Amino acid sequence: MVDAAILPLTVTKAVVRRRGKVLVGPISAELETDGLTIVMGPNGAGKTTLLRLLHGMERVSKGQLTWQVPEPMARAAQAFVFQTPILMRRSTLDNVAYPLLVHGVAQTDARARSADWLERVGLADSGSKPAHVLSGGERQKMALARALIREPQIVFLDEPCANLDGRATREFEDLLAETRAEGTRIVMATHDIGQARRLAEDVWFIHHGLIHEAAPAEAFFATPKSPEARAFIQGDIVE
Amino acid sequence: MNEIVEGLLKAGQLILSLDADLIEISLRSLRVTLTAVLISSIIGLPLGCWLAVRRFRFRRFVIATLNALMGLPPVVVGLIVYILLSRSGPFGVFGLLFTPTAMIIAQVIILTPLIASISHQAIRDLWAEYHDLLISLNTTRRQRIATLLWDGRRALLTAALAGFGRGIGEVGAIMIVGGNIDHATRVLTTAISLETGKGNFALALALGFVLIGLAVAVNLIIHSLSRTERSGRW
Repeated sequence: MVDAAILPLTVTKAVVRRRGKVLVGPISAELETDGLTIVMGPNGAGKTTLLRLLHGMERVSKGQLTWQVPEPMARAAQAFVFQTPILMRRSTLDNVAYPLLVHGVAQTDARARSADWLERVGLADSGSKPAHVLSGGERQKMALARALIREPQIVFLDEPCANLDGRATREFEDLLAETRAEGTRIVMATHDIGQARRLAEDVWFIHHGLIHEAAPAEAFFATPKSPEARAFIQGDIVE
Repeated sequence: MNEIVEGLLKAGQLILSLDADLIEISLRSLRVTLTAVLISSIIGLPLGCWLAVRRFRFRRFVIATLNALMGLPPVVVGLIVYILLSRSGPFGVFGLLFTPTAMIIAQVIILTPLIASISHQAIRDLWAEYHDLLISLNTTRRQRIATLLWDGRRALLTAALAGFGRGIGEVGAIMIVGGNIDHATRVLTTAISLETGKGNFALALALGFVLIGLAVAVNLIIHSLSRTERSGRW
């Protein structure tokens, strides 16, 4: 949809504060054009807030985010998949078509593209069903299709597999791998170490709202530098 | 007890014989209230939705006021509309007093807060569900309101039907501004009130049963048209 490249993104000392409490930050980081970044950390570490900050859904109290294009243009080339899929009170087909419809694409065109995407994520038969009758795994696949339908350059995923079983998780990961292969930048939060090992190209380990470690996946899993990251990878409880 | 049975019989008789007066006042009842519900919905539904989506300084106060206005006493509304529309009032030149239009105006004032308040509550819940998605998709406020109105249409229908229920059974305001003039502004509720005053209990009851039947019929028709309460739907 947006032709100009919006990446890389530079984050400079960004802080998210709510009611006087710092939730995340200060964060300084760079998101390169290519890759699959896994944001890891225990519950409450600030993974969700960090992703929302990057996506522009949180007000930045301090510091800044710099995309390669102006902010509104950058927003149009991003998508977000939430931990709990948001089900609109519409058919599955119209759920997926919604991002196109709301931004002025004609109905027939939007529905046709939605049908294509449903087929790609394996929901071809479910288009006419209301979204809320889908199973957990199907809902998350629908949410992924809805995120990808505008052909974003970057997708943020907030623990999309947290409520899925093994098979649904594997199917979802396959779809992510395909998306990655087509050149879409992926940033995904998870606290599932197995999933992180399977997917990550590089890892941000975040704890108490700060990035403790940002490293290529191999290096991170082989020799984590911070004691918290080491403990987390070993499966110890990090508080 | 006897009177109730008599009233039922009389109601059956009036309906079966297609009594001309009955049909006339029933249609007038429907026309006045349906028009008022339509106008109130056009104002109230987007207003309720806007209040759910928009954050501003006096929002709580406006919502509390709206909720309070749901209990607006119809007699007082009728009185105020009467004063405004009377010959010496600011809108006297339009000559609207004692016309069905005056009755519609009074009902719009009574129904709009009710419809706006119920739709606000319904849309607020829907907005809480949709919030993150609509923010993430960078929608404008107008797009959000349109989406919420469309996806919340069934809940909004309930709001409109609640408005209809209040309007069709309302007597205080339309009695004052309409005047209960035969063949001009007489409707079911004002006719019931008149017949009761005359001691004509059977006829009053008959009209009452017709009124109840009308209210139930309209609800059933709208529900079947909109296919609510069916499986797999919202």
